[in-house]
Amino acid sequence: MKQHKILIVDDEPNIVMTLEYAFKKKDFGVFIARDGTEALDIASKEKPDVILLDIMMPEMDGFETLKHVRDNKDLSHTKVVFLSAKNKEKDIEKGLKLGADAYMTKPFSIKKVIADVEQLITE
Amino acid sequence: MSNFTIGLVIILYLAMLFVLAYFAEKNKRSKWTNNPYVYTLSLAVYCTAWTYYGSVGIASSSGISFLAVYLGPAIALPLWIVLMRKVIRISKQHKISSIADFISMRYGNNRQLGALVTITCLFAIIPYISLQLKAVSETFSLISAKGSYESTGFFDDSTFYIALLIAVFVAFYGTLSTDASQHKKGIIATVALESILKLCFFLAIGIYVSFYLFDGTTDIYNQASLQENFKQLTSFGGIEKGFNWLFTICLSIFAIFLLPRQFHVAVVENDNESYLKKTIWLFPLYLLLFNVFVIFIAWAGNISLPDSVNHDYYSLLLPMQQDNYGLAFLVFIGGFTTVISMIVVSTLALSTMVSNNIVIPYGFIKTLVEGNPEENTKRIKNIRRIAIFLLIIIAYFFYIRFSVQFSLYSIGLISFVIIAQLAPSFFLGLTWRRGTARGAEIGILVGLIIVFYTLFLPIISKAVLPDVHFVDEGLFGQAWLRPAHLFGLDYLTPESNAFLWSLSFNTLTFVGFSLRSKGNYRERNYAEMFVNHENYGNLQEGGFIWKGEAYVADIKRLLTRFLGEQPTDRALRLFNRKYNISETEERADARLINFSEKLLTGTIGSASAKILLASVSKETPISLVEVLNILEESKETKATNKLLREKSEELSAMAKELKGANEELRIQDKLKDEFLDTVAHELKTPITSIKAASEVLEDPDMPVELRNQFLQNISRDTDRLNTLIHNILDLEKLSSNVTVLDLQTYAVHKTILKAINGVEQIAKKKNVTIKFKGSENVKATYDEDRIIQVLTNLISNSLKFTEPHIGKIKIHLEEQKSDLLIIVEDNGKGIPDEDKEYIFEKFYQSKNQNIKKPQGSGLGLAICKKIVESHNGSIWVDHKAKKGTRMLFSIPKKNEAT
Repeated sequence: MKQHKILIVDDEPNIVMTLEYAFKKKDFGVFIARDGTEALDIASKEKPDVILLDIMMPEMDGFETLKHVRDNKDLSHTKVVFLSAKNKEKDIEKGLKLGADAYMTKPFSIKKVIADVEQLITE
Repeated sequence: MSNFTIGLVIILYLAMLFVLAYFAEKNKRSKWTNNPYVYTLSLAVYCTAWTYYGSVGIASSSGISFLAVYLGPAIALPLWIVLMRKVIRISKQHKISSIADFISMRYGNNRQLGALVTITCLFAIIPYISLQLKAVSETFSLISAKGSYESTGFFDDSTFYIALLIAVFVAFYGTLSTDASQHKKGIIATVALESILKLCFFLAIGIYVSFYLFDGTTDIYNQASLQENFKQLTSFGGIEKGFNWLFTICLSIFAIFLLPRQFHVAVVENDNESYLKKTIWLFPLYLLLFNVFVIFIAWAGNISLPDSVNHDYYSLLLPMQQDNYGLAFLVFIGGFTTVISMIVVSTLALSTMVSNNIVIPYGFIKTLVEGNPEENTKRIKNIRRIAIFLLIIIAYFFYIRFSVQFSLYSIGLISFVIIAQLAPSFFLGLTWRRGTARGAEIGILVGLIIVFYTLFLPIISKAVLPDVHFVDEGLFGQAWLRPAHLFGLDYLTPESNAFLWSLSFNTLTFVGFSLRSKGNYRERNYAEMFVNHENYGNLQEGGFIWKGEAYVADIKRLLTRFLGEQPTDRALRLFNRKYNISETEERADARLINFSEKLLTGTIGSASAKILLASVSKETPISLVEVLNILEESKETKATNKLLREKSEELSAMAKELKGANEELRIQDKLKDEFLDTVAHELKTPITSIKAASEVLEDPDMPVELRNQFLQNISRDTDRLNTLIHNILDLEKLSSNVTVLDLQTYAVHKTILKAINGVEQIAKKKNVTIKFKGSENVKATYDEDRIIQVLTNLISNSLKFTEPHIGKIKIHLEEQKSDLLIIVEDNGKGIPDEDKEYIFEKFYQSKNQNIKKPQGSGLGLAICKKIVESHNGSIWVDHKAKKGTRMLFSIPKKNEAT
């Protein structure tokens, strides 16, 4: 089976570290970006299966980044999951409307994140 | 001195006046031509050759009675602040250009009355102008060398040519605009200069006579007191003479208001009514200066000169007797100047009256209505120019033919007596609303007849019918009808006699006929407006109530004929905008009628303006009751409108305020939301990290180093949570003012060193230097822990943003008057300009940190600000710092617990 690629986008290194460890353990190819711009660079190069995207980031926020991902035809199969501390209805609605495949709020359970991501890939 | 030299100087002098007038016209708006001093000096046109030469003559033969003519204006001037202000306001509002227009408008734009006033003025002023010419001619021949050329007729008489030159001057500068109510700055500037010259030269001769020819004024007094008639010259002379004084003073009070030239300089040329405040003391001062030496020159002349010479010219003859021709020439030029300014302003005023109150309304109105704008402008200007030349030429021939037997003083007084006939209709017209045009006309006529009977008849009969004795015996042999002693009053001078009776009968008939005839609605309307000017003065377009039918197109056509197409369009556009009237409105209303009448009045006079507007409209007469009702109503409407406008302004201001407050609340609300969001985000981030880390730590296969790393992360995130919560609570405490500052007196440099100590470890690690500079004996009261918190925060920020090894942080302490100022500056990357405004806001973190957020809660500077403010100080960032960041804060040295 082909190795799945996952791109983790967050500006908090401690959080990134835990996700990185957990997904590597599950045999994912893990890529890391610290902001939206870097994420788009890596995404267009690596064409990951899943992008875990934070919303509150400096310069380009998560919403903006998602728009660019959806504009890129090469990434049409890429699933995008928001991982955000924003837990208001309107933020979740906005994220899904923009084309995110899932929206998970911080603090999250790593097990649940992994389970959801795996489910998204097999769909 | 030869005729030729004198002629040359005169021509040079006139040329200078032309040049001065030219520059004044060019700099119309400059403060050199628009100020209370020029205004006051132009009023001094009151002082004519009569003052300059005549006063001395009177003082030498009849003593101090010459003074009465100057006491009047000095007494009347304080009245100006009330009365003249009213006259000026009314005249400005209606574009009135002469006394005739003023009186005619007061009585409902009455054409006949305007003409009558004009004729009265002509009677009074033309002989007066002749006398001025006579003075020039006589002084000219006195000063020119004996045996030089003597004239044989008018064509080789220098006075004739001087008169013509003056006419050219007035015709040129007096008719630059067809609107006669426009200011003539050129002429006024020359008049003001001439007022200075004549005063200076007269003072010069006064000083020369008193201190050079004699040993001071006491010396003159002592020598004069030896003369026979001295007692008579220095006393008031009992009750009879007292009456003469009283009448002369009254006469001059009227004259200062009513003389056409005075009305012109005081009212038409006034460009700011606030000038009056200076004028009311400056002008009497001018008159005082002018009269200081009169009596001494007169006595000196009586002592040194033979009785046979003309006493009027003592001031010329005294220096000539000493062969001081230079000074005599200066005196001559001063007199010449006096004459010119009087003739210039008088002819200017009279020509406007003749054209606007006689020629145009009686003869030219039809021609003008049919003409086109350019032709009309030319015609109106030509009428005035011809009037100017005619007036001066008539005055010249009057002088040639009649003036030999009159003295300056007597003609001056006669002129005043005639002008005084306007007093009842003018003064009562301003204060008594019942006065009517009919009353005014009959009053003036009766007054003039009495003046003719009492003053002129004796003179004429003596010259023409020496055999008829009614002058001495009275008409029909009735002694009480003797012209000079009417009703048997023997002790009055002829002028006082004429003044008393003419004015009494004038006033009586004016009041009598006014009470009998009610006058038409137009008269009553204007009466109301003039008398009650404070009430109606600010009504729309002057408040004349007009009812009837008129069309805008007709009125526009009429205005175009006189003003030209563009000015008319512009005026009507402004009018429409002012009253919010649609451009397509066909019907004209009262406001447009008033507005147009005003526009035309300046150009062709009020009577003609009324006639012209009547020709294009159908006016419906309205009753006095209705006029008063409408006036009252529009006054009330105006007041209500004003109230409504004020209320609505108040409301809209309030609405704006509310909107602002609302906006502020909305912003505050949004800020609060954002704050909570950010707090949540900042709290959730370490919690997320801790939770995730503890989850992955469950993995038993995890390498030890990695496990330790995760445990360390958990510990750091816990610290971060702790700091954040502490800061938030701290900020809230500071914001709600629950914290009590622990205020004590400290040595400031020690506090700063303590703060530096706290961060030294981190600085060493990063290899950044921290330097402190400042006095060591500054003491102040503050909460030391809090100030250290501020300093630590600022220094930590600097540490965060400076490069290792090359980073430098400097701290200055400056002592100011009552404050101390602390500066923390570094050579780091600095704060972007767009951020500088917001750095003191909660959770504002610089945008520049795009790769990795610097450590910190985002609350540091917000807390600093709160702390400094709770010390009654302020904190700010230096916007001008070129490299690095420069943060400053200052607090008062003495703080009291609040």
